[in-house]
Amino acid sequence: MTINGWLQIGFYGLCLLLVAKPLGLYLVRVYDGSMRWLGPVERLIYRVSGIDPAEDQHWTRYAGGMLLFSVVSMLFTYLALRLQHILPLNPQQFPAVADRQAFETAASFTTNTNWQSYSGETTMSYFSQMTQLAFHNFISAAVGVACAVGLVRGIARKSAGRLGNFWADTVRGTLYVFLPVSLIGALLLVQQGVIQNFRPYVEVTTLEGAKQVLAMGPAASQVAIKQFGSNGGGFFNMNSAHPFENPTPWSNFIEMFALLAIASGLIWMFGDMVKKRAHGWAVWAASFIIFAGGVATAYWSEARGNPIHAERGIDVVASEVQPGGNMEGKEVRYGIANSALWATATTAASNGSVNAMHDSFTPLAGLVPIVNMQLGEVVFGGVGAGLYGILMMVLLTVFIAGLMVGRTPEYLGKRIQAREVQMVMLYVLVFPAAILTLTAISSVLAPGLAGRNNAGPHGLSEILYAFTSTAANNGSAFAGITGTTYYYNTLLGLNMLIGRFAMIVPMLAVAGFLAEKKVAPESAGTFPVTTPLFVVLLVSVILIVGALTFFPVLSLGPIVEHLLMGAGRLF
Amino acid sequence: MTMLKKQLRPAIVLTLVLCLLTGAVYPGVVTGIAQLLFPRQANGSLVTVDGRVVGSELIGQAFKLPGYFHSRSSAAGADGYDASASIATNKGPTDLKLADTLIAGAVERAVQEDGAVKGKIPTDMVTTSASGLDPHISPANAALQVARVARARGVSEADVRALLTRRIEGRQFGFFGEPRVNVLLLNIALDSAYGRPARQP
Repeated sequence: MTINGWLQIGFYGLCLLLVAKPLGLYLVRVYDGSMRWLGPVERLIYRVSGIDPAEDQHWTRYAGGMLLFSVVSMLFTYLALRLQHILPLNPQQFPAVADRQAFETAASFTTNTNWQSYSGETTMSYFSQMTQLAFHNFISAAVGVACAVGLVRGIARKSAGRLGNFWADTVRGTLYVFLPVSLIGALLLVQQGVIQNFRPYVEVTTLEGAKQVLAMGPAASQVAIKQFGSNGGGFFNMNSAHPFENPTPWSNFIEMFALLAIASGLIWMFGDMVKKRAHGWAVWAASFIIFAGGVATAYWSEARGNPIHAERGIDVVASEVQPGGNMEGKEVRYGIANSALWATATTAASNGSVNAMHDSFTPLAGLVPIVNMQLGEVVFGGVGAGLYGILMMVLLTVFIAGLMVGRTPEYLGKRIQAREVQMVMLYVLVFPAAILTLTAISSVLAPGLAGRNNAGPHGLSEILYAFTSTAANNGSAFAGITGTTYYYNTLLGLNMLIGRFAMIVPMLAVAGFLAEKKVAPESAGTFPVTTPLFVVLLVSVILIVGALTFFPVLSLGPIVEHLLMGAGRLF
Repeated sequence: MTMLKKQLRPAIVLTLVLCLLTGAVYPGVVTGIAQLLFPRQANGSLVTVDGRVVGSELIGQAFKLPGYFHSRSSAAGADGYDASASIATNKGPTDLKLADTLIAGAVERAVQEDGAVKGKIPTDMVTTSASGLDPHISPANAALQVARVARARGVSEADVRALLTRRIEGRQFGFFGEPRVNVLLLNIALDSAYGRPARQP
């Protein structure tokens, strides 16, 4: 570990802190409908789509719109991928995407997972990348934020029973948030060297006279939204480790910042909308504490390097002339600190883009992304998904605090009762049930085992990572796993749909139930949600819910591998 | 049923409208501005030597001749550095092949070809990059290769070292990332100073 490494990490945290309020203020105005600078475009979209933005929707209608929109856009993408060979902008003449792959990819991008079992530069035409994958990057992010805003309205409103308008929220998020930031982000990235063109691949003769084919395409426009929208599906196979997707340390910083900026702003927006900014900051603080713990663990473990490799002759001590640590599956321009920081940020949020190969991380550094996802990606979280995830945890915390003192729990003046807690528990339990069941099945069935790229405990970690990442709608991978089989394409695709919709619907139900409630004034018995005590309790609930559920399988995977690595055992 | 019908129209129309806006207009606008303002970067930062494109300064190349500085190991394609199929080894920390074949083999080569000392080998010199296309090596890695390059070209080590020192890139803005050397640009600079190296392996 170096001082510069820690400074880079600290600077990143500072930027997240500084962006929270200005971006939050902007988001508040977008979602209360007072942002108007694209008014003509917005009204035109409402008119052709038959949307009445003033219609205030019951939670069932809000959820119904979300489900219908997802189904239609997913079918649309499935169709387009199957017809890729006859659609335009396909200079490399890629064939139609295989049925199982098209299903999984359509599910993947609709659910904001962006799990990539295909290789972008050898599978997808420019048309598919732009009009399908990048399009889903926008709308799945806008839908996620819309649902989170629905929940926040449910908490904030009094005796209303309505959550706002799903369609208007989705359109506003796309127009006022994601399009402008992506446009700016894309141009900043091109300036650094991310490519943006429609040319066929370029064949060059290298200095030594060999042939090298350089993949081309409209990458920057897609990379910008994949970061801001916490999507994570790369233009190229190797995602943001690819030099055309992330060419310099500065482009790397921009992409990492984009990854958590909007999530940070959303937490502030939440505090403002419920008229308790201090509560928003308390949630922000809880996120930051878990995030800092993750980064520190990953950086320490990666900088320490792999003792087995050190024994083969590697110098793992970092200096001004070499990065040291564990450089397997990493790029020299980012080094250890930026790779560990990215891995933590991308799994704290439901992003899933990578700039280094998590599969080759030392066991404890590889544990950090897995645990981050298993906590539900509530640490800043993804765009939308992270906010409603951590709010579910907040409700659970308030409920547990209520049980401890023997009073009916109250949250911001609303009584938390059986109906809400049942839905919160459904939200909390669907997730580990899907992950653990599918991981267990795949650890014994032949087609499940066949996907591994590593033997020993690391093979189990690969399978566990795959099902964790897809249920959490993250999309990063221990990428050695071969996911392009009927077995994995199908199961992982289904797992993504479960992880998105079987969790959003109970969450919106909670929003609907809360929206109907009256608000009682705070009393001496109200559990304060702005204090350090609340932050500690929230962090504890998040860690305990996550840790207790997953500890057994983690101890069989990364933890035992860490011990075996120390003993020099190879597989 | 009327509820479904009322919601179906926005679902279908919005899919098409937003697809047009975010999938065609947006990338079109980005491409237009990018090609206008940053045409070199937008088209791949291609590098030309004597009027011939020899690669991209962002994409690493395989170098095998002793008179060139060598890039990191690459898992992309059969011979490495296949820039149309980026990939990593994805081998984990307790993988036998990674430790005993890939890393141990690279260590042996560094010892034999460059006189490296076991235990003092820069970590990027014997590990495989994430993209398989890493254009950089660390300054320590490059410094170890100076003697071999100088010997193969029949020039003094001091001259090669001076040329290398000029091509070391510090952290960006003095702060971001890691110090590094772009292998392709370094080798082009070598060629322009001393001519192309002999073709013997």
